[in-house]
Amino acid sequence: MRVLLVDDEMELVSALAERLSLRGIEADWACTCHDALTRVESKTFDIAVLDVKMPRISGLELKKRLQAKCPLMKFIFVTGHGSEDHFQEALREAGTAYYLVKPLHIQTLIDKMNEALKE
Amino acid sequence: MSILARLKPCFWGHADTEEERYKHLFNFRRIWKLTVLLTTVVALSPVISLAVFDYNVTHDAMESEIVLRTSRLVSNAKRTVSFFLTERKAALDFIVHHHSPEELNDPATLAHLLEALQKAFAGFTDLGLINALGRQQTYVGPFDLVDKDYCRQEWFQEVQDRGVYISDVSLGYRQLPHVVIAVKHELEDGSFYVLRATVDTKRFNDLLSGLEVDGGGDAFIVNHQGMIQTPTRWHGKVLEKMLLPVPDYSPETRVLQCQDVGGEPLVVGYAYIAETPFILMIVKHQNLLMKPWHKTRKALFAFLVVSVTAVLVVILGVATYLVNMIHDADEKRVVTLHHMEYSERMASIGRLAAGVAHEINNPLAIISEKAGLIHDIFNLKQEYAGDQKLIGLVESVQSSVERCGAVTKRLLSFARHMDVEIQPVRFKELIEEVLGFLGKEAEYRGIQVDVEVRDDIPTIKSDRGKLQQIFLNLVNNAFAAMADGGHLEIKVYRRSVDSVSVKVRDDGCGIREVDLKRIFEPFFSTKKQRGGTGLGLSITYGLVRELGGDIRVASAVGKGTSFTVTLPIEAKQTKRSDR
Repeated sequence: MRVLLVDDEMELVSALAERLSLRGIEADWACTCHDALTRVESKTFDIAVLDVKMPRISGLELKKRLQAKCPLMKFIFVTGHGSEDHFQEALREAGTAYYLVKPLHIQTLIDKMNEALKE
Repeated sequence: MSILARLKPCFWGHADTEEERYKHLFNFRRIWKLTVLLTTVVALSPVISLAVFDYNVTHDAMESEIVLRTSRLVSNAKRTVSFFLTERKAALDFIVHHHSPEELNDPATLAHLLEALQKAFAGFTDLGLINALGRQQTYVGPFDLVDKDYCRQEWFQEVQDRGVYISDVSLGYRQLPHVVIAVKHELEDGSFYVLRATVDTKRFNDLLSGLEVDGGGDAFIVNHQGMIQTPTRWHGKVLEKMLLPVPDYSPETRVLQCQDVGGEPLVVGYAYIAETPFILMIVKHQNLLMKPWHKTRKALFAFLVVSVTAVLVVILGVATYLVNMIHDADEKRVVTLHHMEYSERMASIGRLAAGVAHEINNPLAIISEKAGLIHDIFNLKQEYAGDQKLIGLVESVQSSVERCGAVTKRLLSFARHMDVEIQPVRFKELIEEVLGFLGKEAEYRGIQVDVEVRDDIPTIKSDRGKLQQIFLNLVNNAFAAMADGGHLEIKVYRRSVDSVSVKVRDDGCGIREVDLKRIFEPFFSTKKQRGGTGLGLSITYGLVRELGGDIRVASAVGKGTSFTVTLPIEAKQTKRSDR
């Protein structure tokens, strides 16, 4: 399983990527949308974990762009803000309840990713 | 409670008691007073002035009518009396001129003439011929008066001077009231004789008593000295001095107002009858004449009293009703204002909470991930494994982060629910959320909180934010009423098929019986000195009603208070304006 983590907080994604790696999951991370889009070009990912709220381009917008490049990619949304509107929108975008609120629980994230890949 | 206190409208004492901040816009008592005063003045002054004006005009018209009627009656009566006397005088004049002294000297002729006179003009009782020396030469009549000497009598002098004489009423030799009419006839040789007749005053009296005098009136004749000549009902006896003063001489008929000896007002009409010593008097009682007027006056007064009362009742009623409406509207305005401010405050607290939660959440997530990474490294890499102390430290960081996470989640959910409407609500979660905010206080104060949610409680459809506010308020109030170490019980049970009840019971100070009826009223507070606005429970009540529910309170002083909120399983959202 290859995972791309995108969040504007570098400290967060880097730690998270390392934790996933420790559990045998191949995880890459990006802090900006641009970074994420370049990464997908050189490497294929099975799943992307996106922060909903990011500067300039939101997670939902990024998802659309990524999906255009890699149609098979699955998505999980993460947010620090438990707003209902975002939840509804993310739900529509992700197709199912792959929506997590920070702070994340590592096991929950792994479970969700597995679930998403099974679909 | 006295009737006055019961009638007193609720706005009466209001302006003085309100606290500064939510002051009413108007002084209702002043508005009421001003409205009543102005309307009363405007409505009543035309009615009253019209009534006074009408009273005066009608009164004057009535009085002048009385004067006019009296004057007309006096004129007519004067003409009749005057005609009566003139007629008889003319008859005697005719006889004197038509018969020679010799003929008149004959008792048979004279008797014949008397008979003729009696037939033609009633009232003649006797007839006599008196020579220039004043001796009665011939006499026919019921008495024996032949040779009677009149030469020294006043009337004989007068008839010599003026040719005609009409006497006052006198009793004379006959002791019967009579009037004497004497006519002088001068002969060519310069001597003269006098024909003298006596006229019974009965005829006279009949004449006057036949007059129809209204107002308990009296028609009679007095002479110029005020001696009564014909019978009168009220003013003295015949041939005695009249009780009224003799009116001043006037050639025309006159009417004047005066008072009798008893002080009763009289209307007196009089006329001097020319060439006689008589004054015709008609005296009426003014009070009797004014009787119809008094009736009218009574009716007028009654009408005035009734209409003034009606106008006053309507003015008072309408003014009270309208001011009450303004008062109610203003009260609603103040409550709405407060409610808005409260909602606004809650919303801004919500926004602040959300902002803080979000800002904290990101660094918290980093801490969590870093600690998680450290934990992973310790657990998964062999070189660090076994250092239990470090693992313990990292785990305690992680558990603290989790606690922080729980707080931010709660804050976020609170903020989120500020504007969300109907949604499924689980009571267990809801109560936990509410207690989550107040749990620390309970812990510090040693308050024991027992929550019992029965298993058969369904998920209800309601407004989560409003429910949170309702129970936050109730629990807050309970905490305020309780001493440290108290006991709070929250019990959720099914009330009926479609409703659920939540009972919040404390063992605090309780509420007095008198206050119990008023606790849901806006601005009613027993904690005003401690900064209570008196709106907490009124807002709670409003929210419960909005959700289609019902709130009840039971309390015993010193034992505690319990609030029971009953909510429908599916809330009907009512209009916001109902608040």
